Amino acid sequence: MNGSPAAPAADFRYIVRTEKLDMTFGMVRALTQVDFAVGRNEIVGLIGDNGAGKSTLIKVLSGVLRPTSGRIWVRDRLIDPDDYSVRMAHELRIETVHQEKSLGEKQPLWRNMFVGRQITDRFGFIRIKEERAIADRMLRTAIGLRGAGISVDSTVRDLSGGERQGIAIGRAMHFEADLIVLDEPTVALAVSEVRKVLHFVETIKQSGRACIYIEHNLANVYDVADRLVIMDRGRLVGDFARGQMSLNDLTEHMISLHEERAGGTAA
Amino acid sequence: MARPPESAAWYRRIEGLPIIAVLAALIVVFMISAPHVFLNARIYLAFLSDVPPLLVLGAGLTLVVAAGEIDLSFPSVVAFSGYLLAYCVHELGQTALAPVAGWLGLVAALAGGALVGWVNGILVARLGIPSIIATLAMQFFWGGITTVISGGLSYSLTEADQFAVWHVLVGRVGNFPMQAVWAFGFAAFTWLILNRHRFGEHLLFIGDNAAVARVVGVDVEREKVRLFVAMGVAAAFASVLLTLENREFFNTQGGGYLLEVMAAVFIGGTSVFGGQATVVGSVAGSFIIGLVEAGLVATGLQGFWVRAVVGIVFIAALVFHMLMDQPARRAALFRMLRGRAEGREGSPSAHSMGSFSSKGGEK
Ligand SMILES: Nc1ncnc2c1ncn2[C@@H]1O[C@H](COP(=O)(O)OP(=O)(O)OP(=O)(O)O)[C@@H](O)[C@H]1O
Ligand SMILES: [Mg+2]
Repeated sequence: MNGSPAAPAADFRYIVRTEKLDMTFGMVRALTQVDFAVGRNEIVGLIGDNGAGKSTLIKVLSGVLRPTSGRIWVRDRLIDPDDYSVRMAHELRIETVHQEKSLGEKQPLWRNMFVGRQITDRFGFIRIKEERAIADRMLRTAIGLRGAGISVDSTVRDLSGGERQGIAIGRAMHFEADLIVLDEPTVALAVSEVRKVLHFVETIKQSGRACIYIEHNLANVYDVADRLVIMDRGRLVGDFARGQMSLNDLTEHMISLHEERAGGTAA
Repeated sequence: MARPPESAAWYRRIEGLPIIAVLAALIVVFMISAPHVFLNARIYLAFLSDVPPLLVLGAGLTLVVAAGEIDLSFPSVVAFSGYLLAYCVHELGQTALAPVAGWLGLVAALAGGALVGWVNGILVARLGIPSIIATLAMQFFWGGITTVISGGLSYSLTEADQFAVWHVLVGRVGNFPMQAVWAFGFAAFTWLILNRHRFGEHLLFIGDNAAVARVVGVDVEREKVRLFVAMGVAAAFASVLLTLENREFFNTQGGGYLLEVMAAVFIGGTSVFGGQATVVGSVAGSFIIGLVEAGLVATGLQGFWVRAVVGIVFIAALVFHMLMDQPARRAALFRMLRGRAEGREGSPSAHSMGSFSSKGGEK
């Protein structure tokens, strides 16, 4: 599993695509008529204000949330929303690093690596030795871990925020999906570690795979993304190919959206 | 970095060792205070025939608590499944089905437990009713149903030992009660499920944080339904062992287990917060409960004392586990005790005492 992964077969155009996606939480409209697509070998930067709906969109794509309405295609094939789940997203080789907690606090790291898709015998008993060995290898190369006495038996609650983020990213790296979704993966990381994440995104591109990268630091995402998609109040409001807009113009644009929004709520 | 050394001391790596030590210490105490009873093998054989239902229930409940849930309906399963077994043995035993009546009784009892558990699972997982309330309601319901269908009667099953199932499940091999073999086997199986199986890992993550479990791809609702079915079957199995051993069914049987089983699980060191559980601890806890009950009576104390002493052992075990798991509190306690002993003012202990008393003073 650790060699250079084969690029996904080229018999599809979009790794994921949505049409008229709506998501409401009670009175809150988190997504409104979202048409979003990610190409087979495309790095898409997803940006927007707090509460714009970015995390909600990728939770729908990764099977955590079921949309209120709308359609989803994976590899150009229509998904039955009743069937779709995190497990199925994993099987379809979609891997997500979520913004908030995705690790069991009281559980050892080796369990956290594989929970939900354990290596088992045919009776469902976990092959612990194998899992631990792989987890151990992952720890050695993981981002955000400075080798400070962390082992596969360490529990998550003993780790710092950056170390946890490193584990979550390492887990996503290990499973080598065709689409890797990163929801603000760098917030807890030191500058040198942020650079490693950006490098990881570049390797996704080079190996022919795709990535959705959510980030508030525009400078980070501007450099690695092929395309930037802007969300605002649950809608997609902008879509720029790389180089179409300078980083400065982009920053101005985001600020103007923010002010418009603040003005809108004041009025 | 203040990380515990990874090569933790060997005694920390043996599951449930502290509580096993407590069990051993209690046995020694009783050997000294009631040697005529506790230096005789007979009392231990009595444990091995009486504790198994408690042990099976405790092992099952450990899984439930691991997932951050609780089941208060198992006493009614002990009654309901006991009735199903008794009915088969007693009524079908008179018919052409007599040769298989015992086995039919076993199957009916287990199926009844699975049904109760399945209903619990639907209420908790699919409808989202907190398990403490849903299973409390079901405890009333199935207890009531058992009284109704049994007509409030008891069955005497003196003829039970004419059935093969009796010999297999609660017979004696030499002096050794078979139910102990089954109960230990069941506990070992539960341990494997919790610590080595995918299902157990899912339960631990659900108990740790259900939202995290969902995000990593655990089907939380489905696993919870399975969990309650498993607990129902465990309670039914305990009921079968109990009913066959007693050779009697009465429609309120099982009622006494509710508090005892919960005590056994928490004395054993399973966390009430979920995500951490020890089957070995629950087994030791079950024997501690059985030991205190038998031991106090043998020591000559009146039976009235049993509950009070169980309460003391219970709270001592909880404090003990807290001190084992939280080095910071342990250190604070030791500082406080040392400060007291040396009678010094202004030492670090004064600080920690201050923080204790200020906590107590907050209102
Ligand atoms: N489970 C939920 N229940 C109710 N409302 C929710 C839920 N999840 C998200 N929301 C609401 O949906 C909206 C979009 O939230 P979302 O987390 O997608 O924003 P975001 O773009 O990821 O923001 P941020 O950059 O701060 O992470 C917000 O108004 C939020 O309050
Ligand atoms: Mg977000």
